[in-house]
Amino acid sequence: MARQVLLWILICLPAVVVAQPSAAVDAQRQRVVLALATEPPSLDAMVATDQISSFVLSHVMEGLLQYGPSGELTAGVAQRWELRPDGARFWLRRDARWSDGKPVTANDFVFAWRRAVNPETASQYAFILYPIANAEAISRGELPVAALGVEAVNDYELAVRFSAPCPYFLSLTAFMTYYPAREDVVQRWGRAYASDHDKMLYNGPYTLSRWVHSAHLTLSKNPRYWNRGAVALSEIDMPYITSDAGAQYNLFKDGRIAMAALDTGTLGDAVERGYEVQQFLTGSLFFLQFNFREGRLTANKALRKAIQAVMDPALLVYKVIGLPGVLPAYSLFPMTVRGGEGPLRDVHPEPRIRYDLRRARQWLAQAQRELGLERMPPLVLLAGDSPRAAQEAEYFQYLLSKALGLEVRIDAQTFKQRLEKMGRGDFDIVVGGWGPDFDDALTFADLFSSWNENNRGRYRSDEYDHWVRIAQQSFEPAQRLRAFAEIQRLVVEDVPILPTYESANIYVQHPRLQGMRRSIFGGDPNFRYARVQ
Amino acid sequence: MAAYILRRLLSGALTIWFIATATFFAMHAVPGDPLSNEKAVSPEIRANLERRYGLDQPLVRQYGIFLGNMLRGDFGISFTQENRRVNDIIREHFPVSATLGLVALIMAAVGGVIGGSITAYWRNRWPDHLLMLLVIAAISVPSFVIAALAQLGIVGLNRVVGLPLLPVGGWGTLSHLWVPAFVLGLGTMAYLLRLMRSSLLEIMESDYVVTARAKGLSPRQVFFRHQLRNAVLPVVTELGPTIAAITTGGFVVELVFAIPGLGRFFVQAVQQLDYTVIMGTTVFYGAFLVLVVVAVDILYGFIDPRIRLHKRAVS
Repeated sequence: MARQVLLWILICLPAVVVAQPSAAVDAQRQRVVLALATEPPSLDAMVATDQISSFVLSHVMEGLLQYGPSGELTAGVAQRWELRPDGARFWLRRDARWSDGKPVTANDFVFAWRRAVNPETASQYAFILYPIANAEAISRGELPVAALGVEAVNDYELAVRFSAPCPYFLSLTAFMTYYPAREDVVQRWGRAYASDHDKMLYNGPYTLSRWVHSAHLTLSKNPRYWNRGAVALSEIDMPYITSDAGAQYNLFKDGRIAMAALDTGTLGDAVERGYEVQQFLTGSLFFLQFNFREGRLTANKALRKAIQAVMDPALLVYKVIGLPGVLPAYSLFPMTVRGGEGPLRDVHPEPRIRYDLRRARQWLAQAQRELGLERMPPLVLLAGDSPRAAQEAEYFQYLLSKALGLEVRIDAQTFKQRLEKMGRGDFDIVVGGWGPDFDDALTFADLFSSWNENNRGRYRSDEYDHWVRIAQQSFEPAQRLRAFAEIQRLVVEDVPILPTYESANIYVQHPRLQGMRRSIFGGDPNFRYARVQ
Repeated sequence: MAAYILRRLLSGALTIWFIATATFFAMHAVPGDPLSNEKAVSPEIRANLERRYGLDQPLVRQYGIFLGNMLRGDFGISFTQENRRVNDIIREHFPVSATLGLVALIMAAVGGVIGGSITAYWRNRWPDHLLMLLVIAAISVPSFVIAALAQLGIVGLNRVVGLPLLPVGGWGTLSHLWVPAFVLGLGTMAYLLRLMRSSLLEIMESDYVVTARAKGLSPRQVFFRHQLRNAVLPVVTELGPTIAAITTGGFVVELVFAIPGLGRFFVQAVQQLDYTVIMGTTVFYGAFLVLVVVAVDILYGFIDPRIRLHKRAVS
């Protein structure tokens, strides 16, 4: 038995030398090889929620508008458009085609949007269509899907009615939930729709030509894409799926993949080897969120102010996190949020609270007076269970104990348990974060409105709500900017959250891969305009 | 014999039912649920999701539906891999884990037997000391460290040779198999090696070996005919339970080497509280384990006459 096995192994050994894995980039064939962190959980654009799915979908699909080479909104399936306070109108290009050759029509958008708000579809992103008339009522099951305020005037003209003015609607149309879908294909596959590469259609620059689940995805240039002349890469191959950063970095070092994310463990090695380390702000904000529920100590404003006065985000970022690119956060709006031409905060700089121990102790004394407490009971800090989360939580614990003598109990929980406790309000302070959905400051601004489910601390301010409504509905750019500035001010004054840092990715990239764009919106990274030199 | 087999199969089925039921209620008792996400959703969207996945039903009713579906061999649709059936996930990814595990097991068995023989043959001399040192390292160093080191080793090797001799990760060809299988089987190999060594040492002292030598057989004949054959029996005995452990326990190796095996789904499903995948993989692995144990029990009856006689005498 053992002898036979040995023989078999010897016979197979030559295969080791014969199998030649392909190189990371190939200029002749304009091909790149990448690794994915996970299998895309869903390529059904109307229900997809995560970043990996968004990355794949943004290459194989296209909405009415899309993001151009420098991240600006530009024409997609729609050739031109008109935005009014009561609605919008889109004129579709005639040469937009599905991967089976049929034209992309206005009906494909009507069908997809109706399906996205249909309660039976149960899309987590249904809310992103709520600016469209009746969307919310349909999602509640109060109106039929046909009542949705979108209509195909003809095959190439789409009319949208709003429930309330929506000045940022154009940026929404580039979001994946707004992608078109073909009714016949969705009906044909039912619940298996988009579960395999041949159970869906594509209208973007690439098609998914191979999908071996959890193992291998291949994107091939779509010969029917209307703007195929602008697409340089003929193939994006992803034969590795692993969330292990070390493994991805090893693949990069071995010349198998064209880019790899770095972490504190691999950064040093990358620098030593002389790789050019790149960085990119992801647009996500991290913060400490306070609980305002009745009976919580953190509902006391003076206590929150005391904590605010000793919190120094720069110290956290440079001494504890220690990753290049990460920025200390001082505002609800990260530096990546635009307001007019440049960053919103260039127009309206945030009010900044400086570290002030004396002032902090005054606030704390006031809090104790107001609460009628001789000594502050311990505060519960709810946090994640990753090593990095533990490190941050311990820093906050140390800071509050050292500066204010406050006892902090860290409640480290696994992902789902943490979410459950956040929803239930079982915390005094929780470590939270937010990644923007669309390219408008509102994606951050409405987070702490009284009706937002992500306002897990139940902060409630009529003034805050008032400015959010203005930001949501005003068509006056100056008035909107003013609203955002007021919201930014309120976050500093009322302290519903304490911003801690703006996250960044660091990564290495093959020097011959050009034009690849890291993007905050519309799928990251973006290879639409990439090429191999 | 038939009655014995039937009885073992029945108790196996009961075990599977118990595993399924315990897992079902334990899983639902864990706070949180598969539908929650970092971004919270409004109550009406939440209600739609619960309806779609049947989580709006009372727990006992959900259990009833689950049992009914399980009997029909249908574990439903994954919560995290939307639109994918759990049956498909198992069907597509178990063969990967099984292939990897089987090769790992063969490597472990071959390596264990050869290594054990070497250490016993040269007892208390340098090959013995060296191998036993490696065995202790293989048992005590966690697999994620060994996997990462092995991967670094491949990168270094490819660099020195100047061509991609071994792939760093991925799946599809035979060459993708060797290093991950070796890493996966290393712990088992070390364990079997020790087992083989002690068993061989015991036999070397036994009377019939002395007799064989006295008969004038060459050391080689004594070793292969008398010692090895008898010493390998306990190793074969251990292989049964190890098959199940090794074909299911490859999570870390699968992650590091980017191998699309079922082990990853098993662990990630628990982290994500993906109810249907947890139930599907647990019941599947449970059934697999039970079947292997039953099969080994039955095989014993055929291999070892003493067990067969004993069972007959009882029944």
